[in-house]
Amino acid sequence: MANPSYAHHDDHHDHKPGFVSRWFFSTNHKDIGTLYIIFSLVAAVVGIGISLLMRLELMYPGMQIFSDGQMWNAYISAHGLIMVFFVVMPALIGGFGNWFVPIMIGAPDMAFPRMNNISFWLLVPAFMLLAASLFVGEGPGAGWTIYPPLSDSTFHSGPAMDLALFSLHLAGASSIMGAANLVTAFLLLLAVPVLAGAITMLITDRNFGTAFFRPEGGGDPVLFQHLFWFFGHPEVYIMILPGFGIISHIISTFILILPGFGMISHIVSTFSKKPVFGYLGMAYAMVAIGGIGFVVWAHHMFTVGLSLQTQSYFVFATMVIAVPTGVKIFSWIATMWGGSMRLDTPMLFAIGFIFLFTVGGVTGVVLANAGIDQVLHNTYYVVAHFHYVLSLGAVFSIYAGFYYWIGKMCGRQYPETLGKVHFWMTFIGVNLTFFPMHFSGNQGMPRRYPDYPEAFWGWNYVASIGSLISVASFLFFFYIVWVTLRSGAKAAANPWGAGATTLEWQVASPPPFHTFEEIPRMR
Amino acid sequence: MKVFMAKCRAFGLGKLMAGVAALAMGLVLAVPALAESMVGAPAPWGMGLQPSGGVIKERISSFNSMVFWIITVITIFVLILLAYCVWRFREERNPVPSTTSHHTGLEIAWTVIPVLILLVIAIPSFRLLYFQDRAVDADMTITVQGRQWYWNYTYADHGNFTFDSYPIQEADLKPGQIFKLSVDNELVIPVGASIRVLTTGHDVIHSFFVPALGIQKYTIPGRTLETWMRADRPGIFYGQCNQICGTNHWFMPIAVRAVPRAEFDTWVADAQKRFAQADGSAPVIAAAPASQDSLQIAEARR
Repeated sequence: MANPSYAHHDDHHDHKPGFVSRWFFSTNHKDIGTLYIIFSLVAAVVGIGISLLMRLELMYPGMQIFSDGQMWNAYISAHGLIMVFFVVMPALIGGFGNWFVPIMIGAPDMAFPRMNNISFWLLVPAFMLLAASLFVGEGPGAGWTIYPPLSDSTFHSGPAMDLALFSLHLAGASSIMGAANLVTAFLLLLAVPVLAGAITMLITDRNFGTAFFRPEGGGDPVLFQHLFWFFGHPEVYIMILPGFGIISHIISTFILILPGFGMISHIVSTFSKKPVFGYLGMAYAMVAIGGIGFVVWAHHMFTVGLSLQTQSYFVFATMVIAVPTGVKIFSWIATMWGGSMRLDTPMLFAIGFIFLFTVGGVTGVVLANAGIDQVLHNTYYVVAHFHYVLSLGAVFSIYAGFYYWIGKMCGRQYPETLGKVHFWMTFIGVNLTFFPMHFSGNQGMPRRYPDYPEAFWGWNYVASIGSLISVASFLFFFYIVWVTLRSGAKAAANPWGAGATTLEWQVASPPPFHTFEEIPRMR
Repeated sequence: MKVFMAKCRAFGLGKLMAGVAALAMGLVLAVPALAESMVGAPAPWGMGLQPSGGVIKERISSFNSMVFWIITVITIFVLILLAYCVWRFREERNPVPSTTSHHTGLEIAWTVIPVLILLVIAIPSFRLLYFQDRAVDADMTITVQGRQWYWNYTYADHGNFTFDSYPIQEADLKPGQIFKLSVDNELVIPVGASIRVLTTGHDVIHSFFVPALGIQKYTIPGRTLETWMRADRPGIFYGQCNQICGTNHWFMPIAVRAVPRAEFDTWVADAQKRFAQADGSAPVIAAAPASQDSLQIAEARR
């Protein structure tokens, strides 16, 4: 175990720089992590605010809130891009990754602290560009997948689409630089440049007369889809893999199986002595999911006229992913089996994650069949599926990580009862929102519709009620944050007891400005 | 319902499954059309796939039911395991945690069993995929073109006439028509005929999607895609554009009417008079209209 003595001995070296140099020129992984988490919360207010508008619009047939379809299209595109690039990624990779990977491996900071800083500060203008695009001209209404020809200059002639594309460029550059610091985010390093290439070609198609994706010039709109999804599919796994890590970590801690491990990078570290159930299987499963994630992209494109052989391959490859996913689910359950569980808020979110991810996983098996996808592609069934793995998967792991580490990060513990109330509100709200979408999808309701035939009303109404509960739970979360920061009980170095054995629990809460001034000795 | 209950008891899963079965009734059962003329449209509070108007959709529905049962059992199994863990292995009930962290047999089991389940799914899945790809012996060909924001249909084998299909505004609805689904000129097809459907693009990408017939294909500028459909009972089958295509994406519905052969022939004779020929004598199958329009667009750009 680590030498516990540094919980105190660093304190008197704790010289913090002034406000501007501390927060704007920061090279400290913990401060940058904090900036990412704050940024992610701000972006979440916008992204979730838009989703509330969307659900209010869809509560009844007819146009209520949005003036026309184009405005609707612009807002749904912004919702998707914001949640993916400015909420989930910054929170999981930029936030928790920055905060805890160096501490867990006993490193004084990231390998490239200045690059870490610019990675964050590129995200801010990226977000501003995207937000601005909503208010310029007719907005970027081509969905977050920005398929040409709809996104090219013939059909989106104003600067709004260019702003959105530049925003993606900056966000991509930010991701690449952030990822370079985390060895295990190599997936991102492979995926994001492909997106950068695709949107560069789109930008030159729009502005400089090239025809990469324009058929009249010999280009091919389907090529864009291949490039986009070659990035897009691994991207969704990139979002969920850190989540997987957090979930393993929390479960192993709460069940008192020694020692806790889990954030992907932690797997890289050799400090663990006793893994959670099936350590090797878990690690291989994660590698398999990350690897296979790169060769399944065209399952997003079963209706674009792929050859039978192509479709068969992508059906097969996609189904294969269910196997390592199953290994993870069952290993988590086996980790709990025979354990001695404390059902504190982070554990509730972790258990909730496992169940909801299972639901999202099995509907993924349904959609993997190109034969069935013929009647489900682009319907609300797909919307339900990816919100179960992202909105309920990634977001639940973010909440789990937040409650798990907030005491460590700010030195004050969250109020346990309020945390539990927040869990149940969120759990009920998101299920009420997204489960009925399976039904409207089965019935053939297409996505990206601001208005629908009256027969679709019932389940849309239920989903909208669910979204009101979800938004209320999100506001309640802010209240919890406020209570925690203002009057939370002082957090001990290790509030979780014997199960929490990783390095971050050996240092004070909050850790000193420079966590380790010498390499911690592990015995 | 009774059949389902009996099945559930046969599985020995008891009351819990019965409840799930009740829920699943709505989810998976394709309601067989007993009426002379069926309507393929979403139903209020509908939970399952739309009713089947033809053989492709029937096969999709029965395969989907199989997969549905498999995933339901898996989900309930995981839920039961989780619930048991929470109940049995909390701190108060089990103060001393076990130190077991490996069980090779178990780990092999939860890798191999899912593989076997996937095999069970994959075989009928590929069979369905190959069946629905193209018509074996198509009786006729129809070209479908998605446009902002209406549909254009061309009957290549019936004198090459072509017409547009627009949605009906709320004020103009006649009794029996459905707002946001009914159109002025329906795509009329003969019952029982295998129809080769060629989709071509015109401006942006749209998706020709008729759930009750189990058909969906993008319409992509510069490309011609082939698929097929067959209505095995007379009726009207509604669909909607299913790929984001601009401001009226939500208001370009599709209506396919399947009628007996004789009625179809009468309709064709009338339609040949009413609607213009497509592009003179040029074959409609080629993407010619698409590239022409694209050229105009390119012209307009300069």
